[in-house]
Amino acid sequence: MKKSQLPAPLGELAADNGRSRGHHSLVEGLAFGLLRLSMLLVIAAIFFIFYDIFSKGVGMISWEFITAMPRRGMTEGGIWPAVLGTVYITLITAAASVPVGVFAAIYLNEYAKKNMFTRVIRLSIRNLAGVPSIVYGLFGVALFVRALELGTSLLSAGLTLGLLTLPVTITASEEALKAVPDSFREGALALGATKWQAIRTNVIPSALPGIITGMILGISRAAGETAPILFTGAAFYLASLPNSLSSRFMALPYHLFIMSTQHHSIEKVRPIAYGTALVLIGLVVTMNMSAILLRAHYRKKMRG
Amino acid sequence: MSGSLSPCIKTEGGLFLNRKLETAIAYFFTLNGAFVIFVLVGIFALLLSSSFAAWQDVGLISFLTERVWNPAGFVSSQFGIFTKIVGTLMVTAGAMLFAVPLGVATAAYLAEVASSWEREIFKPVIELLAAVPSVVLGFFGIVVFSPLLARIFNLPNGLNALNGSILLGLMSLPTIISIAEDALTAVPKEYKEASLALGATRWQTLSRIIIPAAGSGVTAAIMLGIGRSLGETMTVIMATGNALQFPSDFFSSVRTMTATIAIELGEVPAHTTHYYTLFAIGFVLFSMTFLVSLLADIFLHRASEVKKL
Repeated sequence: MKKSQLPAPLGELAADNGRSRGHHSLVEGLAFGLLRLSMLLVIAAIFFIFYDIFSKGVGMISWEFITAMPRRGMTEGGIWPAVLGTVYITLITAAASVPVGVFAAIYLNEYAKKNMFTRVIRLSIRNLAGVPSIVYGLFGVALFVRALELGTSLLSAGLTLGLLTLPVTITASEEALKAVPDSFREGALALGATKWQAIRTNVIPSALPGIITGMILGISRAAGETAPILFTGAAFYLASLPNSLSSRFMALPYHLFIMSTQHHSIEKVRPIAYGTALVLIGLVVTMNMSAILLRAHYRKKMRG
Repeated sequence: MSGSLSPCIKTEGGLFLNRKLETAIAYFFTLNGAFVIFVLVGIFALLLSSSFAAWQDVGLISFLTERVWNPAGFVSSQFGIFTKIVGTLMVTAGAMLFAVPLGVATAAYLAEVASSWEREIFKPVIELLAAVPSVVLGFFGIVVFSPLLARIFNLPNGLNALNGSILLGLMSLPTIISIAEDALTAVPKEYKEASLALGATRWQTLSRIIIPAAGSGVTAAIMLGIGRSLGETMTVIMATGNALQFPSDFFSSVRTMTATIAIELGEVPAHTTHYYTLFAIGFVLFSMTFLVSLLADIFLHRASEVKKL
């Protein structure tokens, strides 16, 4: 083939190769070195963040810190109400978003035809994933707190976070359903099962680990969110623990925000802030890691 | 699995009943799918209707172009968000200035250069960063970057646009890296093989064949990174100092649109002009991220066309 017949970039390359081999390997070495340096820089930054939080927060961690109430204007004591509030809020979020999310994913993967309606749903999911969390907060205030008169409460905040995590839950569940081989469906249908029977008995059970992975990823996102709960139910300080869905609550991310920006003696409570950051990051990372491990385990099983 | 099949087929009534039930079930799932559209339209409608209330009092043009934001003015209140738009765009631009080259280079390394053990180790580490809550990054900005920046640049404190940019950049890195890497790995093998067969080096192949071929996907990755930065609240609220003045450079303290909503919504009485303007800021934010998501979508679509080729 003549050089002139090659596609433009390849032609250029062919022309370039007139230069010495040594020159090229030097350039390549430098370029790849630079790429590697970029990645190492990113990795170093991540390690630095985790190291700093861990090394300064680990001294605070004790059974008492996690299970005691805050004392003396939150300058002493533990973070129990914030821990409990975060656990409650993630459970409500899961209850609000998982059913709808899984059902929507079943629609998309099992029932949806390739038409305008389906495209609009997919477009909506991708756009919802990009909506800023504070905008979900505004929506939660207007809809749940005011219009539906749920007030600032666990329920309002949980429903707000439920909407926020919906795109994550749907996408992950759909991926899990997609991974179920078609032969599973066809086998059931060939035996005379209806579509729903095939889905219920063959598709959902095998997609379940993947769906659970998506659920964990979704609620770990919810556990770390602050902006959507600022005005829908999170409280600066509460003397008692939340006792119903209409209670206000303290939460780990909001507690960290307060302890690092709003507290009256910020320097004094810095160790508590570090401890809170470590507990929060520990919680979220544990959830993420277990989701990732579960996914890896399940993928291996599906292949094998 | 097949063992559980036969009993349930027997138990479920006649063919006619079955068909009715099937249709009902199909409708039920369709309804759940449609719910997503309701949510998106609901958010849009709510923000827009509140925004109209705000613009009736303030005027759309002066709302967008006036610099002064003084909701509780003694003589008269002023609701111009231009300064906040500039603040938001500034921290986002600053973030992208280093996150884009760093992210794309990392993605290129992981996709084309890294050995398989490097990929095994480093990809999960980068995923870990994506899991860090934004409030923790904001805290990190306060306790680490702020004193650091103050010392390096000799400032009274380091809570400024630069600090916010660094944190937002860090935050959008995992998004940029993972989507750009997907785009780079999706480039058909034939492109690479043809280039190498013609005697091009691996670097020439990467820089002149693979990256241009993945251009749409990489652009989509950058768009999604921008989207994350524009909408981020907690890190900027904690790291940028939230001053109301018009910023002069990256060492100025800025208040973004998101921070304004988060700071003021708690204190404002409902159904006042101030209350509605906060929703109007939300609407502007929503429009910006909507546009960015849409662009990302178009680029991703284009990327999948390339793949089919």
